[in-house]
Amino acid sequence: MLAKISFEYPVTGTLRVKLSGNWQIHAALPAENEVISELASHKEVTEITFDASGVDGWGSGLVSFLFHLIRDCERKNIQVSHQGLPQGVEKLLTLALRVHTRLIPQKVTHAPFLERVGDKALQVGASALTLLDFLGELTVAFGRLISGKAYFRRDEFITIVQKCGANALWLVSLISVLVGIILAFIGAIQLKLFGAQIFVADIVGIAMIRVMGAVMTGIIMSGRTGASFAAELGLMQVNEEIDALKTLGISPVEFLVMPRVLALVIMMPLLTLYADFMGIAGGFFISTSVLDLNPVEYWQHTQSAVRLANLWVGLTHSFVFGIIIAVSGCLRGIKCARSAEALGEATTSAVVSAITSIVIATAIITFICQVLGV
Amino acid sequence: MEANVKPVITVRNLDLSYDDYAVMNNLNFSVKKGEIFIVMGGSGCGKSTLLKVLIGLKEPEKGEVLYDGINFWEQDEPTQQKIMRRFGVLYQGGALWSSFTLGENIALPLQLYSALSPAQIKEVVELKLALVGLSGYADFYPSEISGGMCKRAALARAIALDPDIIFFDEPSAGLDPLSARMLDDLILQLKDTLGATIVVVTHELASIFAVGDNAALLDTETKSVIAIGSPKDLLANSSDPRVIQFLTRGERQATPAGKEFKL
Repeated sequence: MLAKISFEYPVTGTLRVKLSGNWQIHAALPAENEVISELASHKEVTEITFDASGVDGWGSGLVSFLFHLIRDCERKNIQVSHQGLPQGVEKLLTLALRVHTRLIPQKVTHAPFLERVGDKALQVGASALTLLDFLGELTVAFGRLISGKAYFRRDEFITIVQKCGANALWLVSLISVLVGIILAFIGAIQLKLFGAQIFVADIVGIAMIRVMGAVMTGIIMSGRTGASFAAELGLMQVNEEIDALKTLGISPVEFLVMPRVLALVIMMPLLTLYADFMGIAGGFFISTSVLDLNPVEYWQHTQSAVRLANLWVGLTHSFVFGIIIAVSGCLRGIKCARSAEALGEATTSAVVSAITSIVIATAIITFICQVLGV
Repeated sequence: MEANVKPVITVRNLDLSYDDYAVMNNLNFSVKKGEIFIVMGGSGCGKSTLLKVLIGLKEPEKGEVLYDGINFWEQDEPTQQKIMRRFGVLYQGGALWSSFTLGENIALPLQLYSALSPAQIKEVVELKLALVGLSGYADFYPSEISGGMCKRAALARAIALDPDIIFFDEPSAGLDPLSARMLDDLILQLKDTLGATIVVVTHELASIFAVGDNAALLDTETKSVIAIGSPKDLLANSSDPRVIQFLTRGERQATPAGKEFKL
């Protein structure tokens, strides 16, 4: 049977609300508006009583209905008698309606537009200062390493090198070979129009070595190693491991960040060299097998097109990317707040800021090379 | 406790707030040498924040924390570091460094701040592990042992450098009653054997009465210290209803009847 409400006036000024039917939460429930509109049309009512003898079953549905009704009546100074309600309902209502003496801190609600803009501007300023502070600490840590004063665990450093170097080889191979193949195909379509297909070798070689090898490795490492640094350090922050270092007077930057930055700065150029080679190999394979180019001629073209300067430009890229990825991963991790959500945010923003910074850095390096005529 | 024992830690007029919300309001108390001092209070009363201020991880807005008369937050960083080296801290979750074995966790402070040879460090590590009942676990990683064992190992790390002040953050949190009791016994033994001054932040009544020489009760609403004294004295003699309610889990009511609901 559906939940129903009906009204009676046993005495003038007293409204008896008769409840009947099924008042469980999965059943359709009447709104308390019915009672409120009844009260609005009978202004003389000063007391409400209940008769729940017809209720077949009840749950949070009935309690919630009564909870809101009673609160509304309190505001209108109408007395509500709990008698006539099932005992369990009465207990739950008393529990929900008891006076909360605890002070509730003021929750910041919607701030005005200008205040939000101001807050954001201040946040940007503060995060720029945090970054500078972090880079300063990192420089000091490297200074201590060079002067032999830093605490440095060789075994752990080698593990980090292995994780961000050797373990990434498969992924770097796959992506680089495919990028080499894509470059070869795109070049071949255009060059075929002029009968100059052999210049595919020049395109693949220069593109891979000068910029593509480094950028693709940078993007792979941002997603792989940058995210892992952020998650690892973030979890250490959540577990108070970083606090434990600080109380021992050990700088977390020296102890945790420096070996990671050093490992990635060493491994990024090596991985990039490897990616360059794999990309050229991919281009070579497709050009000689699908595009029917002469392997010897292809190899000679690659050799003559790629100058040593291209290689240096590529390696400069990779060195800068190594710093960017490690710093953004470690910074986000170490500044992570203590919650699961914050850990997710730290990881995401480590990857996003690393990739954005890589693209910006590439643009800047390309511009500088253009100006210098390299 | 004798009245003329000098305080090791003195907290004066300590204030801290996040935005406009106060988390510590004019705190004042002192901890005497060699005693176990409990900072107790309900959730959200600012216990953990106070601990952070005491161990030098968070600067207060106002007020002073004195260690043997030296104002910690007015010192330069090297002096602060020197004072912090007197501390041992047991964090709530243990906070063992997860990429280190238990032995390496305990050895690190010794490698950094002692003049011991590697062989001597190994011996000290074995001793500290034995003190907390974990002999033979030096080569285990924190992920390979139980939560209670992690906490004991973390205690071994906290006492690695024979600190003269040891801080405990919720030592019995997440432990079964027997492990919690074992940790309480360890705290008492540390006081007797090392003569260390111990500060325990907790809301566990069993631990409070088992180990506390003196205690300060922080109030959740006013964020201030509302009672100081030995837990047993407070229970017997306090006239403040909030103190009695806290120390009896609300079983002895002191508020006007009907204000608190009981099922």
